[in-house]
Amino acid sequence: MNFYAIRAIYLFEMARTGRTLLQSVVSPVISTCLYFVVFGGAIGSRITAIDGVTYGAFIVPGLIMLSLLMQSITNASFGIYFPKFTGTIYELLSAPVSYVEIVLGYVGASATKSLILSFIILATAGLFVPLQIAHPLWMLLFLVLTAVTFSLFGFIIGLWADGFEKLQIIPLLIITPLAFLGGTFYSIEMLPPVWQTVTLFNPLVYLISGFRWSFYESSDVGVGVSLAMATLFLATCLVVVWWIFRTGYRLKT
Amino acid sequence: MQSIIAVSELSKVYASGFQALKSIDLDIRPGEIFALLGPNGAGKTTLISIICGIVNASTGGVTVAGHDIRRDYRVTRAMIGLVPQELTTDAFESVWNTVSFSRGLFGKPANPRYIEKVLKTLSLWDKKDDRIMTLSGGMKRRVLIAKALSHEPRILFLDEPTAGVDVELRQAMWEVVRSLRDSGVTIILTTHYIEEAEDMADRIGVINNGELILVEDKNELMRKLGRKQLTLQLHDPLDTIPDKLSAYGLELAAGGVELIYTYDTQGEPTGITALLGELQQAGIRFKDLNTTQRSLQEIFVSLVKKPA
Repeated sequence: MNFYAIRAIYLFEMARTGRTLLQSVVSPVISTCLYFVVFGGAIGSRITAIDGVTYGAFIVPGLIMLSLLMQSITNASFGIYFPKFTGTIYELLSAPVSYVEIVLGYVGASATKSLILSFIILATAGLFVPLQIAHPLWMLLFLVLTAVTFSLFGFIIGLWADGFEKLQIIPLLIITPLAFLGGTFYSIEMLPPVWQTVTLFNPLVYLISGFRWSFYESSDVGVGVSLAMATLFLATCLVVVWWIFRTGYRLKT
Repeated sequence: MQSIIAVSELSKVYASGFQALKSIDLDIRPGEIFALLGPNGAGKTTLISIICGIVNASTGGVTVAGHDIRRDYRVTRAMIGLVPQELTTDAFESVWNTVSFSRGLFGKPANPRYIEKVLKTLSLWDKKDDRIMTLSGGMKRRVLIAKALSHEPRILFLDEPTAGVDVELRQAMWEVVRSLRDSGVTIILTTHYIEEAEDMADRIGVINNGELILVEDKNELMRKLGRKQLTLQLHDPLDTIPDKLSAYGLELAAGGVELIYTYDTQGEPTGITALLGELQQAGIRFKDLNTTQRSLQEIFVSLVKKPA
């Protein structure tokens, strides 16, 4: 195992975050604060508690998950796309590194950044609403699983994309709608029965529900199902990444 | 002598159907400077890219110091440093960070003293904290060389290293290349400046349309193909060349005051003595003479212009 290479890639990516602190950290924190002010404070005060949890507190896990998903995808996709765009990918391809090491470096850094951001948002949320975390280890497990899975997903997007527009398409046109419709701001029990069934085809429902359960012990689907689905997404992404490197898809001609 | 790089029946057909390499066989000797010459699109960069692991070969194989580049990629890639043709750099990184990153990527522990030595050798030390985007093109090229040297490679590929670099910097770069060769590093370079290959290389390879059409010791190549010309400055100008001298294939130049005889250095005899004797008999006097040898550039052009 080339640990020096993993460390080099990891630190290089972390340093990139340091250079873009406003975009990477401050911007998502401000967006989340605005959600708390608008939905938690202004509108939320007129909404009844859900399963005994105030609306402001109810949306915290969903908002963290929303940021975690978006940042994991953005960080990882940009991280691998940029060397492709500038041409510096030649160095990565000519280095004595295995695909596993490349993925560990890029996905590890992306997941780390997303997790740090999640904790910052969690701490920020604590300033607006009273927080309780019933199962901290489960919360951590869901956070790490989601950060790694969606960083892998972002990595795949970065490898697939051949332009900046494609980098944006999936986060904006697929992930954001799925996160909004996946129970970030409501319990799916609040939907008509037909839509409850339709919603179960949205994979993000399981992540948000499981994560919320770790806070308030109330969920839309069983926590075991959520965990199984999260693991399934992770496995799917791993298989796709393995296939990409095995075939050299969009990396080697 | 065992080759440091052995290329065997290497072919590459891109997805578009374009065949970039056609069954290339090539052995690079340890410690030599090998110049790979060829027109644009000849296959030079494809060949280098396959050896370095950037492009997959269609058929054939490559070994580096006896190790297969696919099976033992960790060993072979750790031995190789690559300076690419394009100025591809991490624009927002500092010189120090990007060179240190390369060392780590190639599996070497941090060694600030070595990085300092490399940067000083390449006259980059005073720029070490500068962002790469603020550097000139020539400086960026040096950064790429520093990155390639960061992990102390045994083999260095220089793909058009002096493209767009001014004369002074170019000479400084070749000094670095010479000192690297003196330290035992094998160097494979491609260049459009053929006079540089003539000046620097131990051996020359010429590639055209994906085929390696010639690999030769440079001095041997110059001896074999470097025809010479004898130019005689005539005392009195000639209007025509006398019929008696027609067998020599002479040319008149400079308004008839120069008589040019092209001869083969391999020829036995070269014909010079006989020509001078016949000139004396014909009463053609000359006041000066000089010889010039065909340059590598002329040899190169004549090779690649041959019909395939």
